[in-house]
Amino acid sequence: MNKELIQDAALVSDYINGNENALSILIERHKQKIYSFIYSKVYDRDITEDVFQDTFIKVIRTLKRGKYNEEGKFLPWVMRIAHNLVIDHFRKNKRMPKFDNTGEFSIFSVLSDSSLNAEKTIIKNQVESDVRRVIEELPEDQKQVLLMRMYQDMSFKEISERTGVSINTALGRMRYALINMRKVIEQNNIILTN
Amino acid sequence: MAKIYSNPFPKNDNLKPKDETISHLLNYSKALSVINYNKLKFEALLN
Repeated sequence: MNKELIQDAALVSDYINGNENALSILIERHKQKIYSFIYSKVYDRDITEDVFQDTFIKVIRTLKRGKYNEEGKFLPWVMRIAHNLVIDHFRKNKRMPKFDNTGEFSIFSVLSDSSLNAEKTIIKNQVESDVRRVIEELPEDQKQVLLMRMYQDMSFKEISERTGVSINTALGRMRYALINMRKVIEQNNIILTN
Repeated sequence: MAKIYSNPFPKNDNLKPKDETISHLLNYSKALSVINYNKLKFEALLN
């Protein structure tokens, strides 16, 4: 008998009555429409494959449980299931189609996550604590200028007024402070990079 | 006339599921049996 001549309804009924071959004919008959429908929504072959499979698993379970009401609308019913599963998929991913990063331009070169992860936060804290320990090693006058400049964000004019030395002296102390810090860092092989 | 810059949807005539997927579904169907007990329905996958 020509497969195409058998109505969907008859095949569904056959399948419910235990004819597994009827399902094979139904899938063969409608697979392209259903697959294309899913693909037109998700634009991804692997996801389409998954949704297609889940759709028919639902179809099989519903038919086997005898919960299907035949109204001569097998394909629209399957399409509705596929549609709902596509919605579920997007809901699970909490957004609509993902940005496909296949072109030359990468959106992530513009957008980046500037917040530090746990590991980088620990490293940053370690580096900051090492820097503070190095500063503690400096002579008092250099340490004072450096702390005012770097941690209190004061200008050299303000520093000179506060410490009672000329701007040039303050600049010189800052310069020596940095030189001395570099020396200590090199001598002790301290790594201060994140 | 305004130029449309959006890319056309790629035409793909090969839009059909893999044979493995179909085969998996048919095997699943064969393995699945629903057992009726009073008003309850139990599903069993018998491989």
